[in-house]
Amino acid sequence: MSKRRVIPGFGLSLGFTVIYLSLLILIPLAALFLKAAGVGWRGWLELLTNERVLAAAKLTFGASACAAALSTVTGLLVTWVLVRYRFPGRRLMDAMIDLPFALPTAVAGITLTAIYAPNGWIGAYLDRIGIKAAYSPLGIFLALTFIGFPFVVRTMQPVLEDFTRDTEEAAATLGAGRWTTFRRVVLPALMPALITGFTLAFARAIGEYGSVIFISGNLPYKTEILPLLIVSKLEEFNVPAAAVIASGMLIISFALLFCINLLQRWLNWQPR
Amino acid sequence: MSISIHSIHKTFGTYKALEDISLEVPNGSLTALLGPSGSGKTTLLRIVAGLESADPGPGRILFHGENVVDIPAGKRQVGFVFQHYALFRHMTVADNISFGLTVLPRNQRPSRNEINDRVAELISLVKLDGLHQRRPHELSGGQRQRVALARALAIRPKVLLLDEPFGALDAQVRKDLRRWLRLFHDEIGLTTLFVTHDQEEALELADQVVVMRNARIEQVGPPQKIYDHPRTPFVYEFLGNVNKLVTPDGVTRYVRPHEIEVKFAAELDLQTDRLAEVQHLFSAGPVASLSVRADDGQFIEVEISRKQLEEMALSVGDKVALGLPATS
Repeated sequence: MSKRRVIPGFGLSLGFTVIYLSLLILIPLAALFLKAAGVGWRGWLELLTNERVLAAAKLTFGASACAAALSTVTGLLVTWVLVRYRFPGRRLMDAMIDLPFALPTAVAGITLTAIYAPNGWIGAYLDRIGIKAAYSPLGIFLALTFIGFPFVVRTMQPVLEDFTRDTEEAAATLGAGRWTTFRRVVLPALMPALITGFTLAFARAIGEYGSVIFISGNLPYKTEILPLLIVSKLEEFNVPAAAVIASGMLIISFALLFCINLLQRWLNWQPR
Repeated sequence: MSISIHSIHKTFGTYKALEDISLEVPNGSLTALLGPSGSGKTTLLRIVAGLESADPGPGRILFHGENVVDIPAGKRQVGFVFQHYALFRHMTVADNISFGLTVLPRNQRPSRNEINDRVAELISLVKLDGLHQRRPHELSGGQRQRVALARALAIRPKVLLLDEPFGALDAQVRKDLRRWLRLFHDEIGLTTLFVTHDQEEALELADQVVVMRNARIEQVGPPQKIYDHPRTPFVYEFLGNVNKLVTPDGVTRYVRPHEIEVKFAAELDLQTDRLAEVQHLFSAGPVASLSVRADDGQFIEVEISRKQLEEMALSVGDKVALGLPATS
């Protein structure tokens, strides 16, 4: 006898979900791993310990983490301004946040490069004080910040809107100063959303390709990111190598995201 | 500690929230700010707490003679309980309560042990024993309310301010907590000011009731006095059921349901009484409410004892004589 459920359509909707996820995610990923498995353990080890690959991996994950961290801080600030204050142009600003979502990433890359190149508007000034923005890890970091930032804002916005002012007022009447209130009352309440925002921005940055290839200069060992390395392997018709690097990247990404999830759970912040 | 409020004004843009408010809250009293929404009562409470500043001018707020207008909320030492409690969701009950002590400057902050003792003391004071480590979402409405109260009391406030303390609770909890708060107040004797829109709550609970309307104070006094001698028609209508009767000579009278005497129609005294027909009756508990239609078409609410209802064996459609109290 099957158990009756209050919400109808469980079998149907679950079935659809499983098929959908299989077609779009599981099967392609399985194919990727299958291809990668062709080279054997030795091949994997050789490819993944290759110095060029390691350098690219360090750069990709490092720059992504830094960019996501910066996006989280600035995203929080921007969200705060958007949610807490009323000023002319607020709606326009709110709409602008989403632009990085809509813009082809190549366009973002080219534009950023034009501005931050040594002869660009901002790049020229940076160049004068000896900072090389475009064609350096800094440029990659900038591009990743640009594309990751909206994720943080859109994750934070509903949470902050929900965070009522009386909680802060309660802290104030209990004698807490502005900073103490922020550190002990506001920040912990926003923490789960901040972590989610960070995770999204981080995940997005790891996979970013379009904007980075224009601004990075793509020098092996120096400014070459993993996705680019995968593409160049493909261009050399070395599909198994590309598949191995991609699989390795996936495994590390998954492990990192999983750890962040664990962290979130361990912190045990109640949703409400 | 007494609170004296002298000619406080507050405007939000062009909207006048408070106009020339002056009020004395005696030391140790339990005072209710009563009024409909938009009457300015919450704004007044927030100004007393320092969460809102009054319009600049000669207005003053004195705590035991000391002007606190320029003292920020955090230094006023007021215990404020918010309508929706505003508990810190990520903290346990104990951490919520100790918050006000842990944010004190290092040289004034009690030691960890002293803080723990104080928390334990407050938890048993508000009857939340055993719930130290719970988080707000694991508590019932009434329990959250008491956590908020304990949190406010932890800083040893000079005055206690409560914004709609029972507003978010269901009827039974409301009644229990109301009684408990009255006893609690008598026990700790802290000057308390609370906001409510429920006249029953204000009358039952407070020593002094302040009726507010449209940014002004309408009347101040002990509950009994305000109920028996309302100064304006607004207070009359706001403080509980009242019949607005128009006499044949066009004068409006306010008569409370229980002030009307119900007699058999045969006992009608043409000089003072009115003939009426029972339209609806309801009795639960010792009091029976009757809805009657007078001979001139006006509907009148009447309250009689259940005993009288049974003795007269009234039912819908019966004719009765209504004896109105003599005009005072």
